[in-house]
Amino acid sequence: MAEQTSRLKVSEFDGMTIVEFSDRKILDELCIIEIQEELSRLVADKPGIRLILCFKTVEHLSSAALGMLITLRKKIEQGGGKLRLCDINTQIFEVFKITRLNKVFDIYPTIDQARNNF
Amino acid sequence: MKQVVVKNDLAAAKKPEEAILEAVRRFGYGENCTFAIKLALEEAVTNAFRHGNQKDPDKHITVRYEIDATKILIEIEDEGPGFDPGDVPDPTLPEYIDRPHGRGIMLMRAYLDTVEYIKGGCAVRLEMFRKE
Repeated sequence: MAEQTSRLKVSEFDGMTIVEFSDRKILDELCIIEIQEELSRLVADKPGIRLILCFKTVEHLSSAALGMLITLRKKIEQGGGKLRLCDINTQIFEVFKITRLNKVFDIYPTIDQARNNF
Repeated sequence: MKQVVVKNDLAAAKKPEEAILEAVRRFGYGENCTFAIKLALEEAVTNAFRHGNQKDPDKHITVRYEIDATKILIEIEDEGPGFDPGDVPDPTLPEYIDRPHGRGIMLMRAYLDTVEYIKGGCAVRLEMFRKE
């Protein structure tokens, strides 16, 4: 059963936590701070979390959002957990490629592939 | 050039951003161009608000723009002390790749034809020429 918060849709699947974004644009600071706070609470509540972030609905992403993802990844790994990203559209994947963060994050084309062997 | 001066507030800066994007669409620029301009505006305004004006609510952000069928020209100016963009390290280097900040200028440069810092770094000039 999915839990709808203000910025995120959170669900559980076979021990994994799957998060989808409610916003199509993850650009401005206020939006990013709220998403960061929600994700930080989720990670703090679940040490060793296996988190999949699904970008299916996301059409725009800023460098501040990339920074938020880097901080999140560090927190997850410090707690012994793992982070995977999936379903990133071509334009946003280009942002990851330009910044070379596609080599830093574990990125999968679809949510099914992200769930596999996680 | 049209000029809009707003308080140093990200919500207030949305109004000129929306006017620019509306003009970009009106002149028939494509989806990729609109994506690039939206991203660059967000990065430039956030830099002006955070780094230039140091989040000071008494300062202002000035947005100037000129858009026609052949090119998009935008200037974003803050009231800060300025900076040297050469001092910003390459965020793709192994020692910086894990830092949460410092990718805005790189993204603007990747998407636009011109990203030029003027007025001692207090203003950035963004330019994109029609390609399609």
